[in-house]
Amino acid sequence: MSEPILTLRSVATDIGRYHILHDVSFSVPRGEVTMLLGRNGAGKTTTLRTIMGLWRARTGQVLFADEDIAALPTAEISRRGIAYVPEDMGIFSDLTVGENLRLAAISGPMDKARLAWITAAFPPLKTFWDSAAGTLSGGQKQMLSVARAMIEERRLYLIDEPSKGLAPAIVTTLARALKDLKRAGATILLVEQNFALSRALGDGAVVMEDGRTVWSGRMADLAADAALQGRLLGMEGAA
Amino acid sequence: MSRAPEHAPTFTRPPLARRLEPWLPVLLIPALMLAGLVLIPQGSSWLTLTVSGLAMGMMIFTIASGMTLVFGLMDVINFGHGAFISFGAFVGATVLLALPGMAGAADMPANVAAVALAIAAAMAAAGGLGLGFERWIVRPVYGSHLKQILVTMGGLIVAEQLIHVIWGGEQIAVPRPETLKGAVTFAGAALEKYRLLAVAIGLVLFLGMRWLLRATRLGLIVRAGVENPEMVQALGYRIRRVFVLVFVAGSALAGLGGVMWALYQEVITAGMGNQIMVLVFIVVIIGGLGSVEGCFIGALLVGLLQNYVAFLEPKAALVSNIALMVAVLMWRPQGMIPVVKAK
Amino acid sequence: MLRAILSDDLPRSRLLAVLLAVILVVLAAAPFLLPGTRALETAARICMFIVLVASYDLLLGYAGIVSFAHTMFFGMGAYGVAIAAAHLGPGWLPIGAGAAAGVALAALTALAIALFSLRVRAIFFAMITLAVASAMAVLVSQLSGITGGEDGLNFRIPRELTPGFRLLEEPVFGTRITGRVIAYYLVFGTCLALFLVMLRVVNSPFGSVLQAIRENAFRAEAIGYRVVVYRAAATCLAAVIAALAGAVFAVWLRYVGPGTTLGMEIMIDILLMVVIGGMGTMYGAVLGATIFVLAQNYLQALMERAAAATAGLPLLPDILNPDRWLLWLGLVFILSVYFFPAGIVGRLRGRA
Repeated sequence: MSEPILTLRSVATDIGRYHILHDVSFSVPRGEVTMLLGRNGAGKTTTLRTIMGLWRARTGQVLFADEDIAALPTAEISRRGIAYVPEDMGIFSDLTVGENLRLAAISGPMDKARLAWITAAFPPLKTFWDSAAGTLSGGQKQMLSVARAMIEERRLYLIDEPSKGLAPAIVTTLARALKDLKRAGATILLVEQNFALSRALGDGAVVMEDGRTVWSGRMADLAADAALQGRLLGMEGAA
Repeated sequence: MSRAPEHAPTFTRPPLARRLEPWLPVLLIPALMLAGLVLIPQGSSWLTLTVSGLAMGMMIFTIASGMTLVFGLMDVINFGHGAFISFGAFVGATVLLALPGMAGAADMPANVAAVALAIAAAMAAAGGLGLGFERWIVRPVYGSHLKQILVTMGGLIVAEQLIHVIWGGEQIAVPRPETLKGAVTFAGAALEKYRLLAVAIGLVLFLGMRWLLRATRLGLIVRAGVENPEMVQALGYRIRRVFVLVFVAGSALAGLGGVMWALYQEVITAGMGNQIMVLVFIVVIIGGLGSVEGCFIGALLVGLLQNYVAFLEPKAALVSNIALMVAVLMWRPQGMIPVVKAK
Repeated sequence: MLRAILSDDLPRSRLLAVLLAVILVVLAAAPFLLPGTRALETAARICMFIVLVASYDLLLGYAGIVSFAHTMFFGMGAYGVAIAAAHLGPGWLPIGAGAAAGVALAALTALAIALFSLRVRAIFFAMITLAVASAMAVLVSQLSGITGGEDGLNFRIPRELTPGFRLLEEPVFGTRITGRVIAYYLVFGTCLALFLVMLRVVNSPFGSVLQAIRENAFRAEAIGYRVVVYRAAATCLAAVIAALAGAVFAVWLRYVGPGTTLGMEIMIDILLMVVIGGMGTMYGAVLGATIFVLAQNYLQALMERAAAATAGLPLLPDILNPDRWLLWLGLVFILSVYFFPAGIVGRLRGRA
């Protein structure tokens, strides 16, 4: 396990009057895919939003490459090299597919080779290049959202439930793209409910429950231990 | 594992009515013109009124476009927008009155240069006022519409009073430059030269704004920001700066609109901005808050309707625009071109 | 007893209670305490503005919606009385009928505007009321055959309310009980009754729901309250009360005109009074209206003297000119919204 690029220490986050995160501490090692697991409402999405600065941590540290980014504006956090695929995909529906991607490439014109790689992974994006993103299907929107994160190289990718509500064939396409990204050496923090997908992609795993991190270790260990899965994730036996 | 992903696109053609739907608001403009042609007895009067209505619409669009974008981008409603109109008008008028040689001579290039100088000064002044307004009036009250309305209204009062302090309490007459006076005759209709110029300026502005919004990165940020400012920030853009830029640009455009209006009416008062705002509000509401295209269509409809009705029944002009607003809201409660908002 | 009259909404601050009591006593005994017609005019103005501002606070402070049409509703009541009295004669019947018609028109207009704009977004309400109120003001000045246009309408009122009428032969406490005194008590009594009614409304379950909506419209809707219905009801109620205040005030003035009833200036005055007094407190209306009307009457004279004293200096005489009175009010207004959003009443209560 290499040294971590992202470390959360005792992070607590409130939304309005509600305490959502109580004590979140974990690390994301460089060059690995870390799965953020847990039941619905455990606080996974809030954790990603806290890292992005979209909610503010009340206490605790968010260390990215040894810098505490907890108080930085979202745009600055992003510019440190963090890509974000939100749970609701965050597609700009009034913009075309091409414009969505152009906007995501913040350092200038899109890199041709990288764009070719992305459109090969997600063929519909090429087909509908000039269509308004709002007219895409749910699966195509998810592809666009992931593609937007991939359009330039980033030091960390935060991806929130890419498989949510999608048809199996599309999940397969997404999984293949994420594996590509992993093979290219990317560091990913991935929230995922689909355990088969988690097992296939994850190197490490962090499990959350009720706003706290309750377990972290290797994905392989979690995958091999049905009892652990049952206790942490409420799954009936091994998947 | 299945190989071929099953997301092949389907190319079934939607029925004509569906495809036409987004264009319906645009079609309202020729429909209104046609209705005017039927109701107004002489074709020449109709043409005069139409040009006048389009000129008025273009000026309202110039003023309203910034306001609708400011709302779309940051959910900020600025009731003090009228102050920029008045301020621009007074600064522009001051410049014109200070250049009697250039504005008064029957010399087209000199006249145009005088107007251009007046416009530049007005836009700079209104933009500067906008910068201060954003910083001291609007910024402390983000997130609360109630306070925004109250505070920007307060800002309007103070700005209007400052105009009185600087320029005195009286209205000021603003004569048009020599070569912009009078009218050209076309198809038996007298078309005021200045109104034609106003239409041209407005059209150039609309096309320029459309280009900016469609073809530049800044435009992409603004359009994306109207829908989902959070995601724009998550992509790494400092949306606050973009917002300040849009606010200042919108204020400057209101100042431009003020100069155009001053030369249209040939008289200005400190309260003129707030009077125009009534039409501006109607336009941004029926256009769809945050939509520049909707704002354009709405402005032309309001301008045309105002002129047609004022000709047919002078007392009903403003009421007819209220009726237009009611009708549009019954048809599309979010305005003609509703803006998609995340969440 | 007092608790019941005040609907359990006590001042909750000793200083506030004292101020309110002083204002009440002075207004109640104004014809006997204050000499001269100008003072009585001022007292009547204060009464009327208290009701007008309180009814506006019902909307702004309790329901959390901004209206720019409040003077329009006020004007409807006033013009209702004036038009009826000017065209049908100075009896009690035309005045009553005119007031009723004005109130009904206000209620209907308020309902229509509310249903139209609040259905979509609360923020439309502010813009639409502004547009409608402006259109109405233009209409009133254009339809001069009915409304008297810019000149307004002078009309006669029943003899019992005129200065020439004597109720008693002998003066009471040194004051003759003329029709003018009776008219003042008509204004005072109506305003007091309307104020207590509003106090009851805001402390009723209806008032609590309004405040819940103001705090969080989504949650109120989720709990099962029809937000639009409540807000529309508040709008109508505020309009009706404003129209009643307008009707009574028209009788007092024996004149209506666009400047005194419909103008944007009065709308701004109302806004200032609500904010300075304290939004969402009802008692804020009492303090706000009293302070504002007194300041308007006496502070402008002070500014005039200050402007004269600084006549030689640059800029100062211009901004101290009494005509620039609104400049200072605007600044006070902005600062109040920032730093004292709860107004004078909020300050007093916070200290207690």
